[in-house]
Amino acid sequence: MAASITLAVSLYGISFGALAVAAGFSFWQTTALSVLMFTGGSQFAFIGVVAAGGSPAAAFSSATLLGVRNTLYGIQIKALLRPLGLKKLLSAQVTIDESMAAATAQETRPEQRRGFWLTGIGIWIGWSAATAIGALLGDAMADPEAFGLDGAVVAAFLGLLWPRLKAREPWALAVVAALVTVLTMPLAPAGVPILIAAAAAILWGLLAARMERASQEADA
Amino acid sequence: MSMWTWVLLACAAAFALKLLGYSVPATWLAHPLVGRISGLLTIGLLAALVALNTVSYEDGFVFDARLGALAAAAVALMLRAPFIVVVLIGALSAAGLRLLGLP
Repeated sequence: MAASITLAVSLYGISFGALAVAAGFSFWQTTALSVLMFTGGSQFAFIGVVAAGGSPAAAFSSATLLGVRNTLYGIQIKALLRPLGLKKLLSAQVTIDESMAAATAQETRPEQRRGFWLTGIGIWIGWSAATAIGALLGDAMADPEAFGLDGAVVAAFLGLLWPRLKAREPWALAVVAALVTVLTMPLAPAGVPILIAAAAAILWGLLAARMERASQEADA
Repeated sequence: MSMWTWVLLACAAAFALKLLGYSVPATWLAHPLVGRISGLLTIGLLAALVALNTVSYEDGFVFDARLGALAAAAVALMLRAPFIVVVLIGALSAAGLRLLGLP
């Protein structure tokens, strides 16, 4: 599982590298964005704003806003794996959509740990290397859509979600979260719709807990 | 400030946001409600990521070959295909639909 998602996502790095160089970033700036920032959505936003003629400050703001969801992922990974010391710093660096998804999609602790580290480190290396290749090759490699890579990423996230949809409640929540995301996309800045979906899931949990408590008290 | 400064500042901000999640006190995570909400949050986030990656386009959304990839992947999952096959089917159907002229 880790290998196929790592490959599909890493290949995307080629297009990031090519697009960043086309937007006027140097080879080393482009590579630094992948090695250090290492959160795909934020990186595309950063170079996208600059390519569109926006100020670097605006690029900084959009990239940072898109990175807020990683805080939520960090809380979840900490709850699952409790990394300490240097390991904590390293796990923070490789906390991204895919590593969170690969970890939380697993049932047992060792599988969660394996999923997180293999996907996180694998994509960190693959994505950074692919970025450098894309930055060197330039424009010719800027169109990952032609190879269906975007379809692979969609399928990978659905594949990670699927095992969790075994009852009516998770299905209902998944549909609500997806709808909330799509409907708020045209209204809210990039990065915010996923946070609204997260807020909806938290609210769902609080309400469900309250309703359970109320029915238990009614029974007592 | 130079572009390099902004690049490094944005990288530092991205790391700080990630690390912030790991700084939540362990005692908060021990609360029973947290485990339950964490499970729901995973479903909400994964569903949002599926939706985002399927239809996101600039400042809004668009329906294109990625929707076909999503449908094909769902069928593959219903047929209990292994993960790697699901991912491959997603790529092949998006690329195939584009060859047929879909955006």
